[in-house]
Amino acid sequence: MSKVNLDRRDFLGKASVALGGLAIAPGMMLFDFAQARQPGEPASSAVRWGMLIDTTRCESGCDDCVTACRKENGWPEPQAATDVQWIRKVEIKQISTGRHVNLPMMCQHCANPPCVDVCPTAASFKRADGIVLVDKHRCIGCRYCMMACPYKARSFVHEPVLDHDSDMPRGQGTVESCTMCVHRVDRGEQPACVEACAKNGSRAILFGDLNDPNSEISLRIRSVTTTQLRADLGLNTGISFTGI
Amino acid sequence: MRAFLLILLLAAVPAWAGDSIVPKLDIGRGGQCVEDPAFMRTNHMKLIMHQRDETVRKGIRGSKYELTNCVDCHASKDNNSVLGSNRNFCQGCHVYAAVKIDCFECHSSRRKIPPTALASAEPASSKVAITEVGK
Repeated sequence: MSKVNLDRRDFLGKASVALGGLAIAPGMMLFDFAQARQPGEPASSAVRWGMLIDTTRCESGCDDCVTACRKENGWPEPQAATDVQWIRKVEIKQISTGRHVNLPMMCQHCANPPCVDVCPTAASFKRADGIVLVDKHRCIGCRYCMMACPYKARSFVHEPVLDHDSDMPRGQGTVESCTMCVHRVDRGEQPACVEACAKNGSRAILFGDLNDPNSEISLRIRSVTTTQLRADLGLNTGISFTGI
Repeated sequence: MRAFLLILLLAAVPAWAGDSIVPKLDIGRGGQCVEDPAFMRTNHMKLIMHQRDETVRKGIRGSKYELTNCVDCHASKDNNSVLGSNRNFCQGCHVYAAVKIDCFECHSSRRKIPPTALASAEPASSKVAITEVGK
């Protein structure tokens, strides 16, 4: 073994004392470190972004999340079944009891995404922080991923895109889906649907880092019963639900 | 015959080199580019191509080689875009060089205007251009 670097040990010791001073109690800091990454810093696998959707707070007839997503990412209001739709409101009914549940449905950002498995050009990929995306530079529009997705979360752009958004490039002949507002997340903001849901008072969608044991979403997931959709497929979705 | 062709070729060279044929571009805001202009003329596509993979796949943002930065500086003050006519920065040169641009099939060719900038004190000419684009 090489010579022990005492300077380094000394530094680490002092640094831990200094950091300890900022903490009020274990897991409780005087201030929250900003989550926006520095320019030039890649997405880290230490983070896994996810959402927890409380279906009991999701109101029937409200589609603020869908409208916010359309506005943020620039996809037009769907007219036909083949039109682009990144997020949709779904109402499910338990036939035996007649109980209705409302929920928003979009890409579930699986840990083992089938869309990535089937993509012949590696256009469909999972970013280090767990966000599943389409690299439209590589997408050839074959739509295998759309068939592989059990959540019907992806859409194909049939029509030419005329009004481009600076933050979210979209183009004819490619497949697209919810990006968890990756451009906003990279700036340290919340996805547009989460913000819209909080703004109207429902606060049905909670967004956060699933890998951080002290994040609000992790604390909630530890304390209440949550469900992943089609958990039988073993995809380990980044989005989970309560109340279904 | 070969000598004749050579003479023809040599006679044509000064015409290529003349300023009259070089596209006259509206460089937009212009100013100091991220690299030397001569380097950018030959290598901008490599920089953008490399950066697009870094940004999309690794999530690296804030590089000086981002496409949005190109558009921010070089969008014309007349139509707020790098496309539109053969004077516009990207279109003008690409038409001259007969190279198709794929970027703007998906990416925005217009400068992103923060909502606050619309109300702020801008020169009158660009204000008119912005309202035309926004309608």
